[in-house]
Amino acid sequence: MKCRKCGVKAVMNMRQHKLALCKDHYLEWMVAQTQRFIEKYHMFTPQERILAAVSGGKDSLSLWDILWRSEYNCDGIYISLGIDGGVNYSSESQKLAQKFADERGLKLHVVNIKNLYGETVPEINQRTRRGQDKPCSVCGLIKRHEMNRVARDEGYDVLVTGHNLDDEAAVLFGNILTWSTGYLLRQGPVLGADHPGLARKAKPLCRFYEREMAAYAILRGIEYIYDECPFAEGAKSIYYKKILNNMEGDRPGVKLSFYLSFLQARDSGLFASPVDDEAKLLHACPTCGQPTSAPGDCTFCRTIARIPGTRNEPLSDSDVGG
Amino acid sequence: MTVKFLLRGKEYEVKAGMTVRHALEKIGVEPESVLATRGGELITEDEVVREGDIIKLVAVISGG
Repeated sequence: MKCRKCGVKAVMNMRQHKLALCKDHYLEWMVAQTQRFIEKYHMFTPQERILAAVSGGKDSLSLWDILWRSEYNCDGIYISLGIDGGVNYSSESQKLAQKFADERGLKLHVVNIKNLYGETVPEINQRTRRGQDKPCSVCGLIKRHEMNRVARDEGYDVLVTGHNLDDEAAVLFGNILTWSTGYLLRQGPVLGADHPGLARKAKPLCRFYEREMAAYAILRGIEYIYDECPFAEGAKSIYYKKILNNMEGDRPGVKLSFYLSFLQARDSGLFASPVDDEAKLLHACPTCGQPTSAPGDCTFCRTIARIPGTRNEPLSDSDVGG
Repeated sequence: MTVKFLLRGKEYEVKAGMTVRHALEKIGVEPESVLATRGGELITEDEVVREGDIIKLVAVISGG
């Protein structure tokens, strides 16, 4: 298979685009496509301050690399969750995120959940049992809260995440199976800061397949954490991804078309729902100030309050490393 | 001689002369879920595997 642009041997074939490219043209194409998506969905401008949520994985580090190469003003945030799983998962992924930042002279905020709240995410989960045996629910809650808090407190204009098309298609698939119209309405490349205390969020990789992101990281020589999160085994998102990939194998482009036609349907008002009423009910949590629909404190603050001796208050400099 | 495919600590063997895509289907690995490398270089799914090749597969699906 030859590169469509120069005719040398291709290293990557994207069947959904009928496009094969060599290493140099592939890397160039990925950066250019990302820029196209940023502009198409009005994600952010070169003048804005961007905070990239990085996990040490292929997607988030590749995203940060692309934005850095495109000369965006982009810092990173890494949240240390305290997950070990027999492979030092959190400490290894933090090392890789820090190495990536140091090699490029980029600023990485590090939020350590245990230092901040007294317990790791698995320990908090054991206390609250919010997610039964697995801490995924608590983990998501804490990550969303902390990313939003740092973005807001440190004055960033937008928070970007490395969600790729497979992530988005899997979430969409799950939400359609349960017809969760509220979630469907809120899914998209950009989530506006439509409430005080909420940072704008954007997903510049939302149209790239997961294997395209892995190829980018490999070809660029980005060292990323290859091990799966120890708690990811049996996750519904992986199950949905497998189903979608089986379909993609038979019908190239089906994942992309699934996501893009959803966005089109959403934009044309297909999922307009009582969510507007729900949004009106949001108020600022009296403890942290972030929006919540729950009466009184938000779920995050109520979860953290269960930890004995918790100080749920603004950070000192030693909590957020720069 | 056969061709070895390696994925997350597992080893599979296929006959030489088939394409990567065909080989992946033979060993029951969804081609969309991996990238194939030979000698550290990415290769496309139409590449024909040769006798003695060791093809390392990179799993690309993550989640949770």
